[in-house]
Amino acid sequence: MSEISQAQPNYNYKVVRQFTIMTIVWGIVGMSIGVFIAAQLFAPVLNFDTPWLTFSRLRPLHTNSVIFAFGGCALFATSYYIVQRTCQVRLFSDKLAAFTFWGWQAVIVLAICTLPFGMTSSKEYAELEWPIDILIALVWLAYVINFFGTLIIRKVSHIYVANWFLGAFMLTVLVLHIGNSMAIPVSFTKSYSLYAGAVDAMMQWWYGHNAVGFFLTAGFLGMMYYFVPKQAGRPVYSYRLSIVHFWALISLYIWAGPHHLHYTALPDWTQSLGMVMSIILFVPSWGGMINGIMTLSGAWHKLRTDPVLRFLIVSLSFYGMSTFEGPMMAIKTVNALSHYTDWTIGHVHSGALGWVAMISIGSVYHLIPILFGQPGMYSTRLVNVHFWLATIGVVLYIVAMWMSGVLQGLMWRAVNADGTLTYSFVESLEASIPFYIVRFIGGCFVVAGMLVMAYNTYKTVRAPKGTLAADPATQAA
Amino acid sequence: MTMFWTIWISVITLGSIIGCYVLLRWCLKNNAGVPEGESMGHEFDGIEELNNPLPKWWTYLFYVCIVWSFFYLALFPGLGSFGNLLGWKSSNQNIQSLEESRQMSAQAKETGALVKYDREMQFAEEKYSPIFEAYAKVPVEELAKDPNALKVGQRLFAQNCSQCHGSDARGQNGGFPNLTDDDWLYGGSGEKIKETLLNGRKAAMPAWLAAMGEQGIKETVAYVLSLSGRDTNMELRKAGKARYAACAACHGQDGKGNQLLGAPNLTDNIWLYGGSERAVTETLTYGRNGVMPAFKDTLGEHKIHVVATYVYSLSN
Repeated sequence: MSEISQAQPNYNYKVVRQFTIMTIVWGIVGMSIGVFIAAQLFAPVLNFDTPWLTFSRLRPLHTNSVIFAFGGCALFATSYYIVQRTCQVRLFSDKLAAFTFWGWQAVIVLAICTLPFGMTSSKEYAELEWPIDILIALVWLAYVINFFGTLIIRKVSHIYVANWFLGAFMLTVLVLHIGNSMAIPVSFTKSYSLYAGAVDAMMQWWYGHNAVGFFLTAGFLGMMYYFVPKQAGRPVYSYRLSIVHFWALISLYIWAGPHHLHYTALPDWTQSLGMVMSIILFVPSWGGMINGIMTLSGAWHKLRTDPVLRFLIVSLSFYGMSTFEGPMMAIKTVNALSHYTDWTIGHVHSGALGWVAMISIGSVYHLIPILFGQPGMYSTRLVNVHFWLATIGVVLYIVAMWMSGVLQGLMWRAVNADGTLTYSFVESLEASIPFYIVRFIGGCFVVAGMLVMAYNTYKTVRAPKGTLAADPATQAA
Repeated sequence: MTMFWTIWISVITLGSIIGCYVLLRWCLKNNAGVPEGESMGHEFDGIEELNNPLPKWWTYLFYVCIVWSFFYLALFPGLGSFGNLLGWKSSNQNIQSLEESRQMSAQAKETGALVKYDREMQFAEEKYSPIFEAYAKVPVEELAKDPNALKVGQRLFAQNCSQCHGSDARGQNGGFPNLTDDDWLYGGSGEKIKETLLNGRKAAMPAWLAAMGEQGIKETVAYVLSLSGRDTNMELRKAGKARYAACAACHGQDGKGNQLLGAPNLTDNIWLYGGSERAVTETLTYGRNGVMPAFKDTLGEHKIHVVATYVYSLSN
């Protein structure tokens, strides 16, 4: 498996470099906001009586910046890289690529300029107001054209599995974003959803859950299918497994939204259907995890020395864990306990920090030396430090939220012999505070890791080309 | 739901699930054209793919989920209006009004339909209502000596009342009265408290800006504050006293209020919306429209009796 045996086409690495660096920048920004609002939950005084510093204003900024700024930049960077390398051809259009970079950064800056000031469409994970939504749609369309254009002009006969996932992610996100963001503007900064009542709720969670399913899962599975075999230097475990789990995953995910609306005004049949599809979805999700982890067969020893591979494999373990947890939480009976508690927050973060962030970080560590003409990162030891900071942080976070979530669920349903509720809401809030502190500490670990990454990256980028020593462990194949 | 939509839903639902099954079966066979365990023969940037078979346990897991899904969709609602052999409902569907909801609940109770919400409510009613019925037979003033009843009342208060009146029942500024100070807007007897809880209250303090003008309000405020023993400008107070005649209709000549109307006592230095000069000026200028919601439908008469007992005990 010689990596650089044939002459490489002249790839567009500029846009990949730009997005890669911004991944780290937005990661630090988004996660720091998260840590700040986590602190507000046990120390409300930290909102300083300032409207734009309150939890309610900053929470959407946190979610938007980690999902769309950090995750989005990671997806742009890796998909542009993967599609060129696996199609053996330069990007379809450099101009479109530049437009997606600057357009996407503009979207993020506009989010920072609007959300803290209360300009919001109030739809979760789609809070940005209509002019920004239009910009997102345009950028995304350019992205889709550029990606599929590159696929069309590819120099290899087959389309690699990573590109199936990336293509599915892009097309579906385009449909989801446009469908859910349909609104009637009343002014330049305010609009109202085109949908009403239960239909609006259903549209919202059709979008919301598929933001998870396509943006945060399919896209990152595409990333996984390139960087895991590449970093491990092993062939992908099973081509047939990738076929089954790809088609099953994308056909089932789109149904799963109603499990966010169990026991609400949504009709019963919609709720049950959402639950059924969510549960079957468990199997194709694990198909992806199996295919990733089994790709390591015969290369397990590399985990001992290669922290980048460790990031990638641990991310797959978190992926497996959250995709087991998710279908379980979609069961109505379990949902009756878990819904509206911190368990949901814990679940989201085991996916977001454990799976999405770790696979992105691993991929970025793989990319940076290549993009900046170095044989390796400035310091492999610091990569390892980052790995442990991230792992400890995520575990602290998830365990704290599991405990406070189950505690809240049990306290809310506890009933006395006379049928009155045992606890008032405030009591459950009080009981959660120790876990909020642990969660905050976990978040600090994660952000500290990102800062280590930024330093390591800075040193790698600034070093004269080719001067850094190659790390023997990361020299795959 | 029309038959068209039911068929539409059923076709794409079952189509997706059966599609997964067919795909799984197809990939279980080796159609790749290369022996199992070997490379597929394509290579992407150095990455090869092996033609390994699907893991057995994973395949069985898939089968189990697919078979289960058919059973579930047959027993519970899912395929539009098809299926649902159990007749299961989480609650009555397509309700348009409270009236309709009550009717359908009564109907479900009669026919023994499997409406989960109604069943749980019925279960709770049968189990717990004797407890509250027994409490309701004892007058509030008497029941207030029963520590168990007070505990029950306190919990109901924490769930239903503390959002406005505070966990400690001391109220909060902005029109939510302190319930522990024995100062009553509508009367503090057991019966009066119950009346307040059952039917709610609507206060109507009119806005006086148009009638009095800014100067008039300034003067009246000075007089009203002086009723609670506050030191105010002598001249303003004098002018205000004359203007107070308009207020006396509700608040009484002596300013001690009128519980029939819910007009607060102005002489006790207890202020529903704040007692600063500014707050009282605002009250007079724009009026106040405090609302205590009715809890008759939410809690029922017997539980209200126990809550009223708890509230009564706070001042007695």
